[in-house]
Amino acid sequence: MTEATEEGRMRRDLRLAWLDLATAAKRWRLTVHLAWLDVRQRYRRSVLGPIWLTVSVAFQIAAMGLVYGELFHQDVSHYLPRLAFGLTMWGLISSMVADGCMCFILAESFLKQEALPKSMFPARVVLRSLMVFAHNLVVLLVVIVIFLPLPGWIALLALPGLALIAINGMWVGLVVGLLCTRFRDLPPIVGSFMQVAFFLTPVIWVPETLHGKWWWLVSLNPFASFLSIVTDPLLSVPTPASNWLLALVVTLAGWTTAMLLFGRFRARITYWL
Amino acid sequence: MSRVELTDVVVDFPIYDGRSRSLRHRLLGLSGGRIGASAGHDVVVHALSDITLSLVDGDRLGLIGRNGAGKSTLLRVMAGIYEPVAGRITVAGRLGSLTNVTMGMDMESSGYENIIVRGLMMGMSRRETLGHLPDIESFTELGDHLSLPLRTYSAGMLLRLGFAVSTSLEPEILIIDEMIAAGDRTFADKAAQRLNRLTSAAHILVVASHSPETLKRLCNKLALLREGRLVEIGPVDEILRRYEAEG
Repeated sequence: MTEATEEGRMRRDLRLAWLDLATAAKRWRLTVHLAWLDVRQRYRRSVLGPIWLTVSVAFQIAAMGLVYGELFHQDVSHYLPRLAFGLTMWGLISSMVADGCMCFILAESFLKQEALPKSMFPARVVLRSLMVFAHNLVVLLVVIVIFLPLPGWIALLALPGLALIAINGMWVGLVVGLLCTRFRDLPPIVGSFMQVAFFLTPVIWVPETLHGKWWWLVSLNPFASFLSIVTDPLLSVPTPASNWLLALVVTLAGWTTAMLLFGRFRARITYWL
Repeated sequence: MSRVELTDVVVDFPIYDGRSRSLRHRLLGLSGGRIGASAGHDVVVHALSDITLSLVDGDRLGLIGRNGAGKSTLLRVMAGIYEPVAGRITVAGRLGSLTNVTMGMDMESSGYENIIVRGLMMGMSRRETLGHLPDIESFTELGDHLSLPLRTYSAGMLLRLGFAVSTSLEPEILIIDEMIAAGDRTFADKAAQRLNRLTSAAHILVVASHSPETLKRLCNKLALLREGRLVEIGPVDEILRRYEAEG
């Protein structure tokens, strides 16, 4: 047993990583509860409570919609829904990435107290981000009613898109969470990266304004693909198949990386804390 | 049948200074040049070296050794918190540990909320935890305080709560790090009683302690640890004598 080959070791690592994920899934109650406590933490000490999250997003969308619409010479009814969807989706994606960085570091007291599955903590971040995102649904609904033709059944295609984002949030959390636990100067770097990605992704601008220049910024940008697979159905615009393709490729590549990395270093996480 | 088996278990802790914690330094180090030299080697502390031991039903093992001998690390390895760097560990049986009973509590949440979270962490469902609630309520005697956030608690109250929840299950394999003997007199008595119930119900007990009295009372064998190595396992009196002779 001690003379295990490199391949045997990798197989064992992968099996344990898988077991970790399975145990986390089996203990979903704890994960959901922790995520919910995190959300409630944000309500505390604010008079408006849950409404606050909703109202602040509504204000942001209204203000940016008017000012940026003017700046980009866009018709408000065309621009504002895209901005609303873009901003809220970006909020979801970036919180999964940014909070993913801290998922193990902030769980130190749990991980050193009890033998818990490590993957529970990236899952907690994904769930928490989805819960916070859910607060925006009212705003999005209002935007749809005011500015858009009521979407048909096709809008339901947004759901698999959203699910795919959550699935990706999980591998991102595993990867950045692990790396950030080992290298403590990484979170700010990830932060800057997301800041740049925000501007390079059609969140506050619409692709048409590029007039075909820098087409790759939209077509080869995974963030743009993930935005498109959720927002296009809501805008009643057909989603380009290439966007789904890119999103799926990223999912596959990301999970492969995550399983290898998590398999290799999962057991080290408590040592790094 | 409960069982704990360790074979050649090794635990090494990497000690990172600011430099090796930094990706920037790591990358510069890899690229060679003068900076590479200063990146240095990671310092590693051998917390446990080649620990082999086997426990079965009825075993009450005490761990003794000076500070830093690896007692707490060994307990954490048994509890599954640290996975050994090398060697193997097998644990069969429901395991519960009383190490730091107030760890992992959220100061902003109420006592009740913390009870639920801790219960879930210990593997109970919400319903099961609620089943233990009357017992926890009466043991802690915290009354209405349980509805208040933990930041309003005194250290003694925190301890009472943590202790009550952590001891609400009767594990088959019980791991205890240093007897918890704080709090006022009445609490100390009640805690001792509760602890006795738990230790006698456990199939396997592992206790780390500096107190000869505690070890004599609870254990039927002792393991002497020194600098992360298992020096000897044997009868309580014999090992205690040896430990005291070493000073």
